[in-house]
Amino acid sequence: MKDERIKTDIPAVEMRGITKHFPGVLANEGIDLQLNRGEVLALLGENGAGKSTLMNVLVGLYRPDEGEILVDGNRVEINSPRDAAALGIGMVHQNFMLVDTMTVAENIILGMSGLPFMPRMEDVSARIGELSDRYRLKVDPGVSIWQLSVGEQQRVEILKLIYRGARFLILDEPTAVLTPQESEDLNRVIGHMVREGKSAIFITHKMEEVMSFSDRVQVLRKGRLVAVKNTAETNPAELARLMVGREVLFQLDRKLSTRGKVVLDLRDVQADDDKGNPALRGVSFRIPSGEVFGIAGVAGNGQRALAEVITGLRKVRSGQIIINQKNLTNRPPLDIIRAGVSHIPADRIAMGVVGTMSVANNLAMKGYRKPPLIRGGVLRLRRIIDFALNLIREFRIDTPGPQTEVKFLSGGNIQKTILAREIDACRGLLVAGYPSRGLDVGATEAVRRRILEQREAGYAVLLISEDLEELLSISDRIAVLFEGRIMGILPSKDADLETLGLMMAGMELEKVSGRTS
Amino acid sequence: MRFVLEKRETTSRLALVLVPVVSFFVSLLLAAVILSISRASPFKTYTAMFRGAFGTWPNFTETLVKAIPLMLTGLAVSIAFRMEFWNIGAEGQLTLGGVATAWVALFWSGGMPPFLVLPASLIVGMLAGALWAGIPAVLNARLKVNETLTTLMLNYVAILFSEHLYYGPWRDPKGYGFPGTAPFPETAWLPRIAGRAHMGLLFAVFLALVLWFAIKRSRWGFEVRIIGKNRTAARFLGINIGRTIVLSLLLSGALSGLAGACEVSGISRRLQQGLSIGYGYTAIIVAWLGQLNPIAILFVAILMAGLSVGGDQVQMIMGLPAAMGMVLQGLILFPMLAGAIFNEYRPVIVKTAASTR
Repeated sequence: MKDERIKTDIPAVEMRGITKHFPGVLANEGIDLQLNRGEVLALLGENGAGKSTLMNVLVGLYRPDEGEILVDGNRVEINSPRDAAALGIGMVHQNFMLVDTMTVAENIILGMSGLPFMPRMEDVSARIGELSDRYRLKVDPGVSIWQLSVGEQQRVEILKLIYRGARFLILDEPTAVLTPQESEDLNRVIGHMVREGKSAIFITHKMEEVMSFSDRVQVLRKGRLVAVKNTAETNPAELARLMVGREVLFQLDRKLSTRGKVVLDLRDVQADDDKGNPALRGVSFRIPSGEVFGIAGVAGNGQRALAEVITGLRKVRSGQIIINQKNLTNRPPLDIIRAGVSHIPADRIAMGVVGTMSVANNLAMKGYRKPPLIRGGVLRLRRIIDFALNLIREFRIDTPGPQTEVKFLSGGNIQKTILAREIDACRGLLVAGYPSRGLDVGATEAVRRRILEQREAGYAVLLISEDLEELLSISDRIAVLFEGRIMGILPSKDADLETLGLMMAGMELEKVSGRTS
Repeated sequence: MRFVLEKRETTSRLALVLVPVVSFFVSLLLAAVILSISRASPFKTYTAMFRGAFGTWPNFTETLVKAIPLMLTGLAVSIAFRMEFWNIGAEGQLTLGGVATAWVALFWSGGMPPFLVLPASLIVGMLAGALWAGIPAVLNARLKVNETLTTLMLNYVAILFSEHLYYGPWRDPKGYGFPGTAPFPETAWLPRIAGRAHMGLLFAVFLALVLWFAIKRSRWGFEVRIIGKNRTAARFLGINIGRTIVLSLLLSGALSGLAGACEVSGISRRLQQGLSIGYGYTAIIVAWLGQLNPIAILFVAILMAGLSVGGDQVQMIMGLPAAMGMVLQGLILFPMLAGAIFNEYRPVIVKTAASTR
């Protein structure tokens, strides 16, 4: 089908040498980007690779420090989304910008300039009907937004851009909120649009979407463009390697540890996400003491639900969670904490700390229930400070003092604060979600070293990460999670990026091994 | 040259104290504009207000009389506000506390030893207040019902219920049609300590000290602070949020109930019209102006009571409406809320180059 598309070799949109600094971060460093007419370009990269920054520059939300933008070969200044819209550039954000109680037609014209005081809604609806026929974007202009599914709302967002004359559509991780079926529909819609002469940039960190949606792919890593490929000439494993980076970041000394009895035993666990869609579809595994068990997978495949069911923050629909031989399925978080489970949450600012309380108080937020930090129901402030000073020293938390509010610390030191509290309280199992995400090299190494220390101390560790390098370097076994199912579990010494990449794209381990042997 | 706001690196303790104080003076300035429009001298008016509220011993005790319910309800709502639970139902909790105290004093005092009547009536008043705050708390904790609406609506239920009682079944047959119950027996009277100022003052001071310590040092206070500042983290840390909210709101309601109990047993010595005159709403300003600090709330309550008593004096001496005190009470909150920005930002003067746009 792809050869039917109208293609020319003149880039319709070109970004040259885009550089963008944020305080302390180089988000984009000399990035070039080309979008041709009638093509779908995938922009692939991990979280923090600079994809969103680059696109925000293109739609005028950020001003680049260096670099230029050309549309149809002419140099343009884009200072606001309005400028971008005038050039035919529009973006569908991850969070939709729709008014729930208004109709599709009303939403589509909302905020447009040059409307009459009383727009004739029949005309608007007729035009919407025309466009939705042409682009196969089926929506009823008369219904209210709240009545639509997420996939349909996304179609309204796309239609809104087309209605306003957008030629270049930027879709920011559009499938993150969609079911697999809705994703397929979206893929079809994008195909029609491209055949009608539109172009699209598709932001993603999922390799399989690059393969199914795009004509070409640009891979970003750590703010730089690392590769441009024709989709037909690449494969998920290669993309995974490019996205993560070939070089091994850390050589950590993995001492031998003795495996003991089973600490965590998950038996056919099923659970739903916040919207009631299945997030875990029958997950089973066991982690013995002295093992780091890694969970690999593209974000959004059930990782969050997995961490939450184990720590009691989410109810399971069926199945059992057994921790140290005790059945703790669907028990409140406090029972799980008392069973010796610690948790480094993926969303560390929202969940892990109380920003407006002191470092000392934050460090005491697990230990305050027991002596010596409390006696007779009264907190012992002196002891809390001493306890905090010890942890600050031991974990090298860089803070002006124990009384400083946590929100004034850097991201790495906030993470160290959580790590210190959780590791200190850990008595059996540590659940770590993306523990080194967004941290600099030094902090990353400190975090990984601590996790290995837990293993050597005879605890079990469940490590959830998107960073394959991290998983390979510190876990003993790796399981790959895909759409709420485990695609297979393999010892990390037998794992390589290609195998993991294929499993992350939804191929089961047996099939992968069958293919390679 | 221009002013810009720069993010502070630590929360300023100075700003924490300075903002309410400066806010008070800014509100005086704002009210001065209104007074000038009414052709009254702001200076003379303020002097008269101050004398009326604090100038003589009898006047000061009257200020205390109004300060006591403000202290108790201010402390009450501050507990809920710390958890970002918007209990604006102190007025209803106070009213129901008064009703329950009256119930014990009027109908049960005969059958019990005289020394038990007062404590029993006060305790039952507190229980009634606790119940009235407990309903929205349970609804919120169990079913996520918005507490702002339920606490507000239950005010009307409580106030109308009390009116029904003193206009209807509980009306004093010898009261010449005046809306109110028969006077309480003397065993149910709360002793007065200065003028009409009663022992409720001691309760308020004692409870403020206990609360101050409990918030700062108890396990409960620690959990309440965590819940208020980051509810997601509280859940993550294993804190039972629902239970803590319900228990704290029972305490909050009990304090408001005590305010009502003290009003009926210490001031009117009967249940009558005029029990709920907005103390429960002014309490919100008191708690906020006191930055939810129990000790500060005591002093702010006296200040607010002074504005109200002083306002009455202004009416008598200067012929201005007594509502002037209320206007000041309301005006004080605006600069206060606006000034909160200085807790996290500091103003700095930037010298700008001549060539700026």
